Amino acid sequence: MQEKIYGYWLPLNVSTHGEAVDQLINVLHVFMALLFVGWGIFFVYCLIRFRQSANPTAQYEPIHAKPAKYIEIGVIVFEAVLLVGLSMPVWSDFKDALPSESEALTVHVMGEQFAWNVQYPGKDGVFGRKAPQFVTPENLLGLDPDDPNGKDDFNSINNLHIPVGRPILIKLTSKDVIHSFKVPVLRLTQDAIPGQEIPFWFNTTRTGNFDIACAQLCGLGHYRMRGQLHIQSQADFDAWLAEQEVEESDDEFSF
Amino acid sequence: MSVAHETHDDHGHHVELPFWRKYVFSTDHKVIGIQYAVTALFFLLFGFTLMMMMRWQLAYPGQPMPLIGTFFSEANMPGGIMVPEFYNQLGAMHGTIMVFLGVVPLAVGGFGNYVLPLQVGAPDMSFPKLNMASYWVFLPGGLIMLASFYAEGGAAQSGWTSYSPLSNTAPAGQTWWLIGMIFLITSSLLGSVNFIVTTIQLRVEGLSFFRLPFFTWAQFVTAFLLLLAFPPLEAAGVMQLMDRVAGSSFFLPSGLVISGQLLDVAGGGNPLLWQHLFWFLAHPEVYVLILPALGIVSEIITVNSRRPLWGYRTLVYSIISLGFLSFIVWAHHMFMTGMGTAMSNFFQTTTMIISIPSVIILTALALSLNGGSIRFPTSMLFALAFIPMFAIGGLTGLPLGLTAADLHLHDTYYVIAHFHYVVAPGTVFALLAGVYHWYPKVTGRKMNEALGKLHFWISLIGINVVFMPMFFVGMAGVSRRLYDQTQYAYGAQVQGLTAMSSWGAWFLGAAQIFFIINFFWSRKNGEKVESDNPWNATTLEWATPTPPPHGNFPEVPKVYRGPYEYSVPGAKSDFSPQHVEEG
Repeated sequence: MQEKIYGYWLPLNVSTHGEAVDQLINVLHVFMALLFVGWGIFFVYCLIRFRQSANPTAQYEPIHAKPAKYIEIGVIVFEAVLLVGLSMPVWSDFKDALPSESEALTVHVMGEQFAWNVQYPGKDGVFGRKAPQFVTPENLLGLDPDDPNGKDDFNSINNLHIPVGRPILIKLTSKDVIHSFKVPVLRLTQDAIPGQEIPFWFNTTRTGNFDIACAQLCGLGHYRMRGQLHIQSQADFDAWLAEQEVEESDDEFSF
Repeated sequence: MSVAHETHDDHGHHVELPFWRKYVFSTDHKVIGIQYAVTALFFLLFGFTLMMMMRWQLAYPGQPMPLIGTFFSEANMPGGIMVPEFYNQLGAMHGTIMVFLGVVPLAVGGFGNYVLPLQVGAPDMSFPKLNMASYWVFLPGGLIMLASFYAEGGAAQSGWTSYSPLSNTAPAGQTWWLIGMIFLITSSLLGSVNFIVTTIQLRVEGLSFFRLPFFTWAQFVTAFLLLLAFPPLEAAGVMQLMDRVAGSSFFLPSGLVISGQLLDVAGGGNPLLWQHLFWFLAHPEVYVLILPALGIVSEIITVNSRRPLWGYRTLVYSIISLGFLSFIVWAHHMFMTGMGTAMSNFFQTTTMIISIPSVIILTALALSLNGGSIRFPTSMLFALAFIPMFAIGGLTGLPLGLTAADLHLHDTYYVIAHFHYVVAPGTVFALLAGVYHWYPKVTGRKMNEALGKLHFWISLIGINVVFMPMFFVGMAGVSRRLYDQTQYAYGAQVQGLTAMSSWGAWFLGAAQIFFIINFFWSRKNGEKVESDNPWNATTLEWATPTPPPHGNFPEVPKVYRGPYEYSVPGAKSDFSPQHVEEG
């Protein structure tokens, strides 16, 4: 039987920070539903109880609404708790606690109309220099051909292979227009902005193949700018990596 | 204020103006209001039609559109199948038209122009010629937008937000869009100055600020938002236009490679600058859409529940604080642009704070019903429906305003559902309520109630079938602006919900036929109103003859009390108009 990844509510979560995101979303929706239903009952009660035929004369004096005041204060307190207790910590963990480059697997991702270019540093673990003037149909990333660090770099279009359980540091940029790197199962969205390199990270909890989407309108092919995230066991990932590196040494310039 | 009255009296000896001065280039705020309202209603229908076409592609991706598809050119719909470029044009133009050519002109240009001077007891706006100029700058702006569909490569196709650099490199339609926007913004600025001055200067004797009807307060605050928020977008529009036609690089960084070619521009710009300037307008703009709607709803609810508005002063303070706060929340549209902790914490905090006045307003409206004697004409039904629909729209803003939840929900269908609940069954319902409510003042006849109720109930069901499923589509992770969501596994999973939204939209479209028939039929055949004040209301617009003549009030009224004195104990009737000395 095939496992259910996607449905009519939050999809499966495979990231370490995703649990807190889901908790926030679920708590908020329960809160919103309670507030709306409670308020709705009062609203409908008023419409029925005070319809003209049931209540021919309206009351002039304002009705003192103590409960409304308490509910209002309750809403403020609840929002403050969610904000400070849930949202801010998740965000600062996500934004400020970037893993060090030694501990994490670092990958460069460059969006373009309409594909995700994924660059791995190769055996030396160092990325080659990139510059826009070097871009050709054979050199999509614009790697500097004179930079020795770039010789063993390799590129994988629309396929992001990562090992499970290891922090992944992505340096995201764009070649042409704004794209947005979105993986629903990772609970993350990050805009790719030309002229800027934005780092972000995540860690995964299980293996599998999942969709990467573009979340920012980027032109006529926006809807099909789909990538695949391959979360692999360390062994599978190593095997894949070795395969890529062999191909690389066979053909020195196959970007 | 006396100056304007005297000036008017000088001209009071009924000079018959030629047709084109009276109905075309009129300086009468009522004629301008009607011009705005009718133009805006047309644009609302047009913008909605664009969406109904897109909904076919969304429901049945890649299938030829039956019948209608054959009317379009080979470039846009070869064999009746919509191409992605055309889909993007429809999307961008739907947003632009609904916001800038539909809702704002109807809410501010239409209702504001017609009702505000009447409610303050003025013979006209402070600057009638400026008012006329505002409409005649607005109309070309709208026509340029319509004409842009015939530009080379079609209309603007980078979303209503026109993010750079996509919009910088888009076909010629984007240039037309920018020129159109510059016209529309200029028109709004001219209008807003007039509203502010009229409210401050032309109030009749006795009409202190805290005796102004809530509708006028809402328009007054809205005018400040327009005046302060639009100039940055106008500047940004000119800058993007220069980027496109004059070789500047305000929004273009160095080293852009478009389809494999290094772009030959100066570079050094920043695409995020556009977003900041755009959202610095566009968030206050949300309140430009909402505040007039709240004003209309408050008028209609008090009239039909025969009770004073609950917490009038609190409501006024709430909309003033909404106005201020709306200027410091804009970057919550940009949480995913790589924003750090300090910035995002500031903006998510202000976003949570702005929800507080909104909750107060909704509570006050509901409490106004408590203890009333409620009548249910069509206008009241639409006004009542506004409240829970706006509540859904407002509440679902919370997950989007908290950065951690936004990580998942950003730029998904959840966002679309959220803001449409605010503006479609929210604002647009309020505007329809306003049409039913003030129609008798404008024409001397009521709209048909049976057709009105049919229109209301089908619209209420239809609009919820359109937008409710989108929350679930968004929760599943589906991005907005996708030409075909079945490309993604999670999109294919919820494709059924998307098709359901489409059927809801067509059903909703069909319901508007009742409104269109009613609108034109009632003009000649509606039930004639017996008095100048058919709803037994208290505010000054009902103290004029019907329809109000040029100059509005045969005698300058004087105001004796607050705006919502209904069911005052010991009074002669259950309403005590503002201008009648003996309530």
